[in-house]
Amino acid sequence: MNLTLRIWRQKGPEDKGRMVTYPVDDVSPDMSFLEMLDVLNERLILSGEDPVAFDHDCREGICGMCGLMINGDAHGPQRGTTACQLHMRQFKDGETIDIEPWRASAFPVIKDLVVNRGAFDKIIAAGGYVTAPTGSAPEAHSTPVAKANADAAFESAACIGCGACVAACPNGSGMLFTAAKLTQLSLLPQGQPERYTRVIGMVDAHDEAGFGGCTNAGECTPACPKGIPLNTIGRLNRDYLAATAKGANNTPGS
Amino acid sequence: MAVTGILLALFLIAHMLGNLKVFTGETSFDHYAHWLRDIGKPLLPGVWFLWILRTVLLVAVVAHIVAATVLARRARAARPVKYAHRKKVNGSYAARTMRWGGVIILLFVIYHLLDLTTGTLNPVGDASKPYGNVVADFAPERWYVTLFYTLAILAVGFHLRHGAFSAFRSLGQQTPRGERRARTAALVFAVLLCAGYLVVPFAVLTGLVS
Repeated sequence: MNLTLRIWRQKGPEDKGRMVTYPVDDVSPDMSFLEMLDVLNERLILSGEDPVAFDHDCREGICGMCGLMINGDAHGPQRGTTACQLHMRQFKDGETIDIEPWRASAFPVIKDLVVNRGAFDKIIAAGGYVTAPTGSAPEAHSTPVAKANADAAFESAACIGCGACVAACPNGSGMLFTAAKLTQLSLLPQGQPERYTRVIGMVDAHDEAGFGGCTNAGECTPACPKGIPLNTIGRLNRDYLAATAKGANNTPGS
Repeated sequence: MAVTGILLALFLIAHMLGNLKVFTGETSFDHYAHWLRDIGKPLLPGVWFLWILRTVLLVAVVAHIVAATVLARRARAARPVKYAHRKKVNGSYAARTMRWGGVIILLFVIYHLLDLTTGTLNPVGDASKPYGNVVADFAPERWYVTLFYTLAILAVGFHLRHGAFSAFRSLGQQTPRGERRARTAALVFAVLLCAGYLVVPFAVLTGLVS
């Protein structure tokens, strides 16, 4: 396959940045998208140019490091797939592919396609954990959990924190991430003692980080490589309303 | 957004039911319109009830617009650099057009008040003859008024289709099955409301009401 790539190049956080066109020949349809970028980078290095910086780690679709806006789709055109698990057979020979970083003020660009997702860490630090030491996995019968709750919590726990929901959201909101990280705990017995301080703390941290507000536009779930359902946000809203009615504050454990 | 939106949607239902009284004839419709000014009598003097209702609606409208403005400003601040390549979003047309649709509805409401409440822009403009005002308003030679009215009502319909679902979600609707039901309910509500409002001008246009 012969492709034309238009890639966002930005030397550093202060650089203005621009789209740069690179023709890439002899791409195998069996390559992953990141392998195709590796091939481009090897050629750039051989010709003495600066390689394109992009995030990646496990390349198995479970670490959440990779994240590229490919032709306007977060993680590319294939649903339920991270950019690293996307293969070039999804594209046509001769196609022009636009590659951009996630765009959000809470995710400032570090270099080229690499963004700083530290804002997600701040949301987790504001309550996305249980303070009691729970030890290793308990014996399954010791704390009964309803099957439906266990399934829904697991569904939320599948979130890899890649940021595609923010990238796809027309409001630049991180509510799907926040809701997933919240409900994986609020549906389980271990998460109950801090349930209402957690929701206030995490939503406050989300807003302070500069994410937009959720308007239920529904862009996040189709972009999510793990398919976290939109109704997860409804669980967050319900907990938030209950917490507000109880007058909970945002201090975990209080 | 959800609470003020629900208040306004309840008013839309009552307003639509009132409009449909146009089919019961001139005397009945005019009597209904005059009764609206007298609700609460003799407990409340004069048109007090009407003014209380108007105040509640005005507060709801202003709060709704303030909340929408805050959301729009936050959204703009959250994405300072736009995508060079952005597909049309996956979501519904209704969800995409909430903001501009809202502005169109606001402009329509201002026109609508000048037309049928104060009578300033109405060809008859006689507050004592609401039936005559309506019939004169949608007369066939004033087709552009009917066109604008139709477009505005469709904008309200789209606004409600996403707005009603979104209100359920904001108030804690949390199951996938409930989401399907909320979306269906929002669609049915929007379609029924549109139909209820549009049937009046088209009845005048076709001579069914004259």
